[in-house]
Amino acid sequence: MTVREGAGWKEIPRGGLILEPGNAVAYETGDWRTFRPVWHEDRCIQCLLCWVYCPDAAIEVKDGKVTGVDYRYCKGCGICATECPDKAHALEMIREEEAGADG
Amino acid sequence: MGEDVRPGTAEAAGRDDRARRRRTALTGNEAVALAMRQVEPDVVAAYPITPQTDIVQFFASFVADGRVKTEFVTVESEHSAMSAVVGASAAGARAMTATSANGLALMWEVLYIASGSRLPIVMPVVNRALSAPINIHCDHSDAMGARDSGWVQLWSEDAQEAYDNVIQAVRIAEDPRVLLPVMVCYDGFIISHALLNLEVLTDDEVKEFVGTYRPDRSLLDPDRPVTVGPLDLYDFYFEHKRQQAEAMAAAREVIPEVAAAYAALTGRSYGMMEAYRLADAEAAVVVLGSAAGTARFVVDRLRREGRKAGLLKLRVFRPFPASEMAEALGGLRAVAVMDRCDGFSAAGGPVFNEVRSALYGLDGVRPDAAGRPQGRAPNGPPLVVNVVYGLGGRDVDPEDIEAVFDLLFRRIEGEEPRGEDGAGVLSRSLRPSPNTEVHYLGVRE
Amino acid sequence: MARLTEVRWHGRGGQGAKTAALLLAEAASEAGLFVQGFPEYGPERMGAPVLAYNRLSDEPITLHSHVARPSVIVVLDQTLIRSGEVVAGLTEGGAVVVNTPDSPSRMRERLGLSDRGGVRVAVVDASRIAVETIGRAIPNTPMMGAVVRVTGLMELTRFLEVVRGLLEEKFAGRPRLIEGNARAVERAYREVRVD
Repeated sequence: MTVREGAGWKEIPRGGLILEPGNAVAYETGDWRTFRPVWHEDRCIQCLLCWVYCPDAAIEVKDGKVTGVDYRYCKGCGICATECPDKAHALEMIREEEAGADG
Repeated sequence: MGEDVRPGTAEAAGRDDRARRRRTALTGNEAVALAMRQVEPDVVAAYPITPQTDIVQFFASFVADGRVKTEFVTVESEHSAMSAVVGASAAGARAMTATSANGLALMWEVLYIASGSRLPIVMPVVNRALSAPINIHCDHSDAMGARDSGWVQLWSEDAQEAYDNVIQAVRIAEDPRVLLPVMVCYDGFIISHALLNLEVLTDDEVKEFVGTYRPDRSLLDPDRPVTVGPLDLYDFYFEHKRQQAEAMAAAREVIPEVAAAYAALTGRSYGMMEAYRLADAEAAVVVLGSAAGTARFVVDRLRREGRKAGLLKLRVFRPFPASEMAEALGGLRAVAVMDRCDGFSAAGGPVFNEVRSALYGLDGVRPDAAGRPQGRAPNGPPLVVNVVYGLGGRDVDPEDIEAVFDLLFRRIEGEEPRGEDGAGVLSRSLRPSPNTEVHYLGVRE
Repeated sequence: MARLTEVRWHGRGGQGAKTAALLLAEAASEAGLFVQGFPEYGPERMGAPVLAYNRLSDEPITLHSHVARPSVIVVLDQTLIRSGEVVAGLTEGGAVVVNTPDSPSRMRERLGLSDRGGVRVAVVDASRIAVETIGRAIPNTPMMGAVVRVTGLMELTRFLEVVRGLLEEKFAGRPRLIEGNARAVERAYREVRVD
């Protein structure tokens, strides 16, 4: 059961129960960044440390390879950029306003 | 709510009937531990505190002796006890704990989590004064402080009622219309440690009465997974609280239904309150807990002297039976509301404030078109005074309660409060406002 | 018996005043009476003066206050008499039962009851009986026997029957304690002297 926005008290599950499994994806938490990580595919050595350390699930991986950052959930903590090996330096933190409009 | 019906004596029960009902004598705590054993919850997590200690001790022996299959969780504090039963209840278990005084205080934040999460936990609360100064004896400041925590509160006069209330509490809490936790309150030492008569049910009768708990949603149901206790901000929190208010209102219907089913089984009837010799009374006391029994004794004595005294014993404080209260007291001339707790509002104790509020706006306050008073309170609502008594276990005996009735009858005869009513055991009254009178019964000036 | 009998027990922590009050209530309940048995909890330490109460009636009891005017006062330890207050509130026609080797008349004097002819004074050397039957100077069970005799609460055989049943529950697997306590009750019942 998905709770409709603006639902009244008679419609919603009691006591704050969430009845829909895995609905956390519907809550996009990536809108409070000051900095954002930018992934440079050409420098990436595919060690996956960023994926391991990301406290959310914002590093996108496909077929065992990093493919980018999911900005819907990335909060800009910078852990991925810190953990990215110096020799690669594939993740770079930039100010949100430098990022342009592509999101 | 039956006039002049004393629960527990089940008028004119024949000898065979009595044998079947198994009259015995147990301390209040023994009776409650027995009820818990007979209910046999899935999980009990509890931490011992005087005067509740016996319950934990007895129940732990039931577990150790293999008399129940209950999972007994020994915890390091009451905060943990309540947290453990919250977890157990959310997981789908029938869960119980028990506490007193400072233990209840330590549970505070989790009480709200239990009720807000709509978990049907049952908890005996053996009433004891809160520190400081430290005191192990009875008053109601512990449970009264938790009156707004969203728990149903059943109050018991004696061991019989504590036993009966624990069993009924399970069904009240788990009713799908309610799904709220329930406290079963009874007086520390006065009831918990006194050996008193009661009739008990067989294990099978209790099991059949409470039935099997089948929660519609639980954490341990992998086919229908749920999340419990999520973040709930201004978008939905208010709606969830509105639901809670509705559940508490529904408890007003469910509590009498459960009582009726229990009466069919036991012959002992319970309502939201008990009106004793109220129908033609001029003056009455409103009281909850063990002092109600002492007040009943006094009412009988005054009646023999021809004085129109009555008693209203409150059994359910949450939900508060406001309309029944107005109905029962509206026709009286003077009422003393007895609080075994000073709410420190400087304007009277918690029971007083709610009872008097229930009487406000009664029919009859406003005159009809011809200028005559009308309705349930033709002479206007009764005078209501507050009597704070018994703090920290201060004994209240028949003479004390008689002094309260004397005060009421003097007021009925037109005597104005003078501030020195404390000639006897009633102290000089506090006069927080021109129409409010608060006495301290049995305190030394 | 009167409609309501109120009993106050005086003892010292460790002498079993509370246990006796509860056991007497249980026994009376088994025998069909309505009962209350409750202690007054003060400082809980060995040797401190303690109080316990009974109410026994042939009607349900709703009073939940302390007993202020007992018709029976039981004194487990005669050294408490020095404190003077043991007979406070004793009703006319009531009785005091004291654990002492003294004679009833001597005890009446010590209690200051010489001018209260309507009050009975009963004595029994419960400590000696306890030593001889149970092996320890715990006077509470023999004093129950004395109280039952003085109050006429119930027949000795009936009382012994229910007390034995309760002792068997409490001291399961300790037959010497059960026997000793039962004998103590019976001896005190027979040996109590009333002036």
